[in-house]
Amino acid sequence: MPPDLWSLYTLMLKSRLFEEAITQLWKDGLISGEMHLGTGEEAIVAGIVSQLREGDAMALDHRCTPPLLMRGVNPVLILRELLGRPDGLCSGRGGHMHLFSRDYLAASSGIVGAAGPAAAGFALAARYLRPGTIAVAFFGEGAMNQGMLMESMNLASVWNLPVLFVCKDDQWAITTRSSMVTGGSLDERARGLGLPYIEVNGLDVGKVWEAVQQAIEQIRSGKGPTFIHAQCVHLEGHFLGYQLLRVTRHPFREMPGIAGPLTRSLLSRSGTSLRDRLAGLRVIISALLTTLRDPRRYSTNDPVMLARAALKPDSARLSELENSIEQEIAKAMSSALGECVT
Amino acid sequence: MRTMYFTEAIDDALAQAMAQDSRIILFGEDVPLLRRNLLVRFGPNRVMGAPISESAFLGAAVAAAMAGLRPVVELYMVDFLSVAMDALLNHAAKLESFSGGKWTAPVLVRAPCGGGYGDGGQHEQSLWGWLAHIPGLTVIVPSTPADAGGLMLAALDHDGPVIFLEQKLLSETWLEFLASGGRDTVQYDVPAEGARGPVPKKWEPVPIGKAMLRRVGNDITLVSVGVGVHRALEAADALTKDGISAGVLDLRTISPLDRVTLCEVVAQTGRLLVVDEDYEGFGLSGELAAIVLEAGIQIKYARVCTQTTIPYARSLEDQTLPNAERIRAAVRQLL
Repeated sequence: MPPDLWSLYTLMLKSRLFEEAITQLWKDGLISGEMHLGTGEEAIVAGIVSQLREGDAMALDHRCTPPLLMRGVNPVLILRELLGRPDGLCSGRGGHMHLFSRDYLAASSGIVGAAGPAAAGFALAARYLRPGTIAVAFFGEGAMNQGMLMESMNLASVWNLPVLFVCKDDQWAITTRSSMVTGGSLDERARGLGLPYIEVNGLDVGKVWEAVQQAIEQIRSGKGPTFIHAQCVHLEGHFLGYQLLRVTRHPFREMPGIAGPLTRSLLSRSGTSLRDRLAGLRVIISALLTTLRDPRRYSTNDPVMLARAALKPDSARLSELENSIEQEIAKAMSSALGECVT
Repeated sequence: MRTMYFTEAIDDALAQAMAQDSRIILFGEDVPLLRRNLLVRFGPNRVMGAPISESAFLGAAVAAAMAGLRPVVELYMVDFLSVAMDALLNHAAKLESFSGGKWTAPVLVRAPCGGGYGDGGQHEQSLWGWLAHIPGLTVIVPSTPADAGGLMLAALDHDGPVIFLEQKLLSETWLEFLASGGRDTVQYDVPAEGARGPVPKKWEPVPIGKAMLRRVGNDITLVSVGVGVHRALEAADALTKDGISAGVLDLRTISPLDRVTLCEVVAQTGRLLVVDEDYEGFGLSGELAAIVLEAGIQIKYARVCTQTTIPYARSLEDQTLPNAERIRAAVRQLL
């Protein structure tokens, strides 16, 4: 069975527009702390969540909005939670990194790598209580260096647990290039622990769907865990207001505050040799330059635009669909911002 | 006298020490960017990034300290220490005792902590009581830039493991990096005198384990650390209108506690109110009461602490964390 691109695009666009609305709330100061979006990883999430069934569980990371939305959690409840309202998904007490839905067996965590053990536990419960169901763990490649994730991959392997480990790889661990802090390859790590390893282009929702379909079937049939490695680009960086992106997008506004202290330190009388200092400066400049060569600028790195391009020939159906999704999100927004209903 | 922001002062004192002692190295998650000013002054051999592997790099820091280095390990938040607790609980803290006093691990763990900006209960904890509970760990919570720099210097001189906690609400850089993200549409109740203030031209160590009386008062003593000190000062100001004279004692160090000063000051007023952003149960607030009672001092006692998991919603969070209003109400009740 081939993937239904229309329904996958629907999930992705809904999530994108929803998170664009959230971005506005954040900019307006209605969300006062951190806000991590899943913009850019929609193809990975949609390709997987669309294949989940009743009783399947999800262990989520700090980018938990898209999977919950695509799984079917009421968007109004999510928005109200992000606004900290008592009628939100978690009564305004959890917040964006700590969204929980007992109905969908979905639990989030802001602790890097925590999705690993959680998915293993959900899978263990599935084996006793809901045979044939599975657990999915979503995490970034930065989490691959966290002990508890590696331990839970091994645990799932030796206990033959029905877990789909999903590594969403954007090559950045917050402000650090992952290649600088990750030894060896994820491929060998997964295989070394006894997990089948599948690499897939995380920008292409159809490819993700196809790659995952067989893996999920295997997991459901009791053949143990699988590791999916999917590349993506986070369109807003690590979180909204991400410092590296701010500096490259608004250099004249952001640079003065950074350059002054940096220059004073560089020229400070005591310290290491000039050579070492310049080596230090190169580390910073290289991070900025890599961010400047911003893969976010290209629509070919935007999974929503890519899926859209494939559907473009049927422009009438496409615009009808897009209009209805836009209206749905706008309705959810106005409903969420409306009067409290507890 | 110079004026500095809170984190600027810590980094400045750290730089002064690094220039004098080549054994001091810095590492942790995103440290090259977060401590970029130190990176360009001391080079990538002494200021290093680390993978998101807290148990590995914290455990390594403990042993590196045992073997002669003076590592400063930085965590993104004290909440994430939970992932690597073994290195502190079972190793760094026990070494001096296990070795019969022959070996110590002078590792300095630096971590932002605390709430007040809407990040939810997994990213806004204080946890100093949890850490100070363990014999062998020194726990520092400064409340002003001058103390922060001076205590950093003392911590670097200290011969055992030190946890240096930096409240995000006082830190210009953490609040910008984690909370506002460059926005001017958000507001946080930042205590101005804690966030920026006078600092000495050359840093001198502020002794560990010495409390500081921030305000003299006759009717009651408010005892706190970090942001709580400023909330207590704010409440004490307001209480003068009610004719109440409240003193404020800033502990500055949780472990070791300055028992002598605590008992002296509390004995004079006969009333102790603890303001603690950390959890109420089994923590600092109860410990202070126990110390005073053990010293045979008769007092009236109350506490304003965080009693539950910190809620995400800002309005709920403001009520959950100690604030001047709650402190005033508790004082009135005690009198």
